[in-house]
Amino acid sequence: MNKPVNQKAWLFVMPVLVLVAFNAIVPLMTVVNYSVQETFGNNVFLWSGLMWFEELLRSDRFQDAFVRQLYFTFTILAIQIPLGIIIALAMPRKGAWVSVCLVLMALPLLIPWNVVGAMWNIFALPEIGLLGKTLNNMGFDYNYTRQAGAAWATLIVMDVWHWTSLVVLLCYAGLTSIPDAFYQAARIDGASSWAIFRYIQLPKMKRVLTIAVLLRFMDSFNIYTEPLVLTGGGPGNSTTLLSIDLAKKALGEFDLGPAGAMSLIYFLVILLASWIFYTLMMKNEEQ
Amino acid sequence: MPVQQTVAFEMAKITLSGLAHSYLPSPVKPQDWALKRLDIEWQNGGAYALLGPSGCGKTTLLNVISGLLTPSQGKVLFDDKDVTVLQPDQRHIAQVFQFPVVYDTMTVFDNLAFPLRNRGLPEDQVKTRVHTIAEMIDLTSMLKKRASGLSADGKQKISLGRGLVREDVNAILFDEPLTVIDPHLKFLLRAKLKELHQRFNNTMIYVTHDQTEALTFADQVVVMNMGEIVQIGTPVELFEKPQHTFVGHFIGSPGMNVLPCDIDNGAVMFGGRKLATTNKITGQSGKTEIGIRPEFIKFTKTGIAAKIIKVADAGRFNIVQADCHGTRINLLAMKSESIPSENVKLSFDPKNTRIYVDGWLAGERGLQ
Repeated sequence: MNKPVNQKAWLFVMPVLVLVAFNAIVPLMTVVNYSVQETFGNNVFLWSGLMWFEELLRSDRFQDAFVRQLYFTFTILAIQIPLGIIIALAMPRKGAWVSVCLVLMALPLLIPWNVVGAMWNIFALPEIGLLGKTLNNMGFDYNYTRQAGAAWATLIVMDVWHWTSLVVLLCYAGLTSIPDAFYQAARIDGASSWAIFRYIQLPKMKRVLTIAVLLRFMDSFNIYTEPLVLTGGGPGNSTTLLSIDLAKKALGEFDLGPAGAMSLIYFLVILLASWIFYTLMMKNEEQ
Repeated sequence: MPVQQTVAFEMAKITLSGLAHSYLPSPVKPQDWALKRLDIEWQNGGAYALLGPSGCGKTTLLNVISGLLTPSQGKVLFDDKDVTVLQPDQRHIAQVFQFPVVYDTMTVFDNLAFPLRNRGLPEDQVKTRVHTIAEMIDLTSMLKKRASGLSADGKQKISLGRGLVREDVNAILFDEPLTVIDPHLKFLLRAKLKELHQRFNNTMIYVTHDQTEALTFADQVVVMNMGEIVQIGTPVELFEKPQHTFVGHFIGSPGMNVLPCDIDNGAVMFGGRKLATTNKITGQSGKTEIGIRPEFIKFTKTGIAAKIIKVADAGRFNIVQADCHGTRINLLAMKSESIPSENVKLSFDPKNTRIYVDGWLAGERGLQ
């Protein structure tokens, strides 16, 4: 094949290259730059190689935050995905209630993140919050500002409240795209409701579920605002997730080198996990 | 898993009595009814076609028989048992849909075995049965493949296979099953279905809007229009003696000529001439028309004067379009016949000229 060579074609790509350079590549390279240098202020930088990376990966503080992050992400996935599927299955497929349900489901998604954090912060306060006060009146010793367990529970319930809707809406879209003939055929074939779920609904939801898991994984791994407003990472460091730790390091302590190294590792972990997950799902699809 | 009753499965006669269905909660106007009141019996072991244009109620009727729909009025009887409110799986009915339905994650074998396994059939019987059916519809080589990887043809074969795999069925219903199949394979599969019918003598009801398909498949064709059954008959009866102008027009290519006419003292007048017809008008009033198929119109020396508009070559014969006092008439002329260019006169075969009142064959209204 002889293709005509015309270097002017690059001009068509230029605008997007410039755009991407200024909003992604340049900022990212700045972080890379910080991560391999040491500074003592006065804009003096010294080459430090991979020192920050080694130090970070060995530090207990990072490892703890990382484990907390994994724990958080897998817990909310384990709750939100099945719960989302169940709610989507229970929602009406036609009639006036469809729009009511959809709006109700969409509501939590429309609330700004820090408002969600503030809402739950007040809602769960043991002395005056509706939830916290009720729990204590019922005899539970609940105080999320002092008990790590209570803080975790509140954090997870808040995230489930805020984000399960996303899974529901995606699953619902998948469910409504199944033609009636499939359900009719299943009824003729004498399939049980479990068989209908297992052999019709679940396979047809697979694509949207892939997207749901991927989105929830990435978002929950990046989560910052809500836990910050709710617990501020406390009590102690018990709810300090990766992003909160990173912000403390970069903005609180102004350790540009370590913060740069941590940003890169953080970014690579998400990228790698998403890639592995996506590849596995797509491979499964081809078979 | 419900335990199957060990009833010997002779298939049943299916009776629809006083049946009507509307998708609206409170139907008022006639057009609110997807199915207008009908009574019909499907004999055990018959091969029926349900023929009609899109939206005439064919699929609704089929879904009522299979139990996917509960009719608004009337009863469905299998032999003498009232099954109106029974679910499809309790009726022993198989149904194949217009678009292929396959269970994506299963292999072809598991797809075919699905209706049997759901009914708790022992695995060795499942195996024999699936292999028998796969053999019949040429799926044996694909049994181990994932169903999602097959072409549309292959998927529809699986759907057909799932309809045929059960031995305990009262009837097999086909809802335009060959729509997505390419023409060459369509012919083969239709022949296969016919063969299966002869072999197992299942009652088969085949919904289609394609007259060729209906006429080649069925012993009895049920023609529907606007939620009503307009005629039930053998292909020959439908062709030779349409009960309604709709049947005449819908069946045949080109369809029957339906020509407005006047009645003068009991005589049928068309184009200024008196016409002889096989049936007589018996005092009904209404819109009168004569129906004559293009096959039964000939060029003659004396007769109804007409002007030729167009001649279309249709292979062994020509389709001639003529104009007679503003009315369009189609007729068939053999290739050997010469077509007059001027002073054209037409004669209608009196044995095949019928008079219709308000669409229905005069004197025979109310066939249901």
